[in-house]
Amino acid sequence: MPRPRLIPCLDVAHGRVVKGVSFVGLRDVGDPVELATHYSNGGADELVFLDIAATPEEAATMTAVVARVAEVLSIPFTVGGGVRSVDDASRIIESGADRVSLNSAALADPSLITKIATRYGSQAVVVAIDAGEGVVHSHGGRVATQVATVPWAQRAAECGAGEILLTSIRQDGRRSGYDLELTRAVRDAIAIPVIASGGAGSAAHVAEALAVADAALVASIVHENPEGLAGLRDEIINLGVALRPIGVR
Amino acid sequence: MNEVVVVDYGAGNTRSVRAALRRLGRESVVLSDPRAIEEAPLVILPGVGSARSAMAHLRATGADEALRARFAAGRFTLGICLGLQLALEFSEEDDGVEGLGLLSGRVERLREGRIPRLGWSVVEPWGAAYYFAHSYAAVSDDVVATADGVAAAIERDAFLGVQFHPEKSGPDGAAFLERCLARA
Repeated sequence: MPRPRLIPCLDVAHGRVVKGVSFVGLRDVGDPVELATHYSNGGADELVFLDIAATPEEAATMTAVVARVAEVLSIPFTVGGGVRSVDDASRIIESGADRVSLNSAALADPSLITKIATRYGSQAVVVAIDAGEGVVHSHGGRVATQVATVPWAQRAAECGAGEILLTSIRQDGRRSGYDLELTRAVRDAIAIPVIASGGAGSAAHVAEALAVADAALVASIVHENPEGLAGLRDEIINLGVALRPIGVR
Repeated sequence: MNEVVVVDYGAGNTRSVRAALRRLGRESVVLSDPRAIEEAPLVILPGVGSARSAMAHLRATGADEALRARFAAGRFTLGICLGLQLALEFSEEDDGVEGLGLLSGRVERLREGRIPRLGWSVVEPWGAAYYFAHSYAAVSDDVVATADGVAAAIERDAFLGVQFHPEKSGPDGAAFLERCLARA
């Protein structure tokens, strides 16, 4: 098995990294390339960029960000938000992203997963699931659907998804730990890897999540102090998690 | 010509490989012209897309023969991910695809663990961790390095293929690419 992964997630709007609670009071926290470089230097295994202001008019702005990031970043990165078609995915992957993340668009049309996986391989397709109260939520977690979480993860895997990015709406932003029960239930039901998301407040939380998932997404815990990622990584390793060794050459 | 030739097989993302080379101070060109592929000091066969469409593209452009000719002439070629897999005789992917046959062996679907296999693994006996993203792997007598029991590198004469992505493997990946550049 590959090593468990620690994945900082950056929210991007209008070409800048932003921070805010439930889309309210978004604050500019920096340049995507600069922050990506910090996280990469701090030992991030991968990065996720979520375009939270994605509109068709903004597509070119995000594509330019992707191209700039790809030029400097030497670790893999996933781009989500506003991927609604094979053309959207092509635009992002051909600008240098390794993977795209689908959410509402995959719920509306699961064949989109298959189409992108056929062209770029399953490893290039992440399906993001925002889960709460046993059902999947769409549109940034705001709209509860009738779709149950575990069957949807299974369906996404059958359609060709290469990984599930599973966010607990209940835990997201609370910094009181990941929803381990939800993560375990989803991962046990499928054979593709799972990224746990929502709730990281400490190294111990991340270590717990990595016992039941293949990777853990971290957001606010690292954004408050991007320079602190290396320290967080060391703490997680000290808790017995075999993150990858760095700098062996 | 000091440019690195990155073989174009009509699919996917050559941008990451070219960016990694630029970070090492080397320019590259993406092309499928058989003559340039045959004669360049260093050719990289990159790794995104499906085996069937990649082989069809290599055949249609004559790049397949050029890759065999440069191998026979002892000129160094680096295959990455799918680029490693294409060098073997046969792949199970896409209901079976004949490869370039530079090296003996075949490509089989992974059977253990979560598939696709995604993430960083320590490559032995080299000692460093590199990034993997694949669902198929080489089974060959020419395996020279492994990761978690899976073929991580195959090598014979002037062909070196790696299953991982050095262009996405941070400083250790860059150091690996630098050694390849020095070798060509």
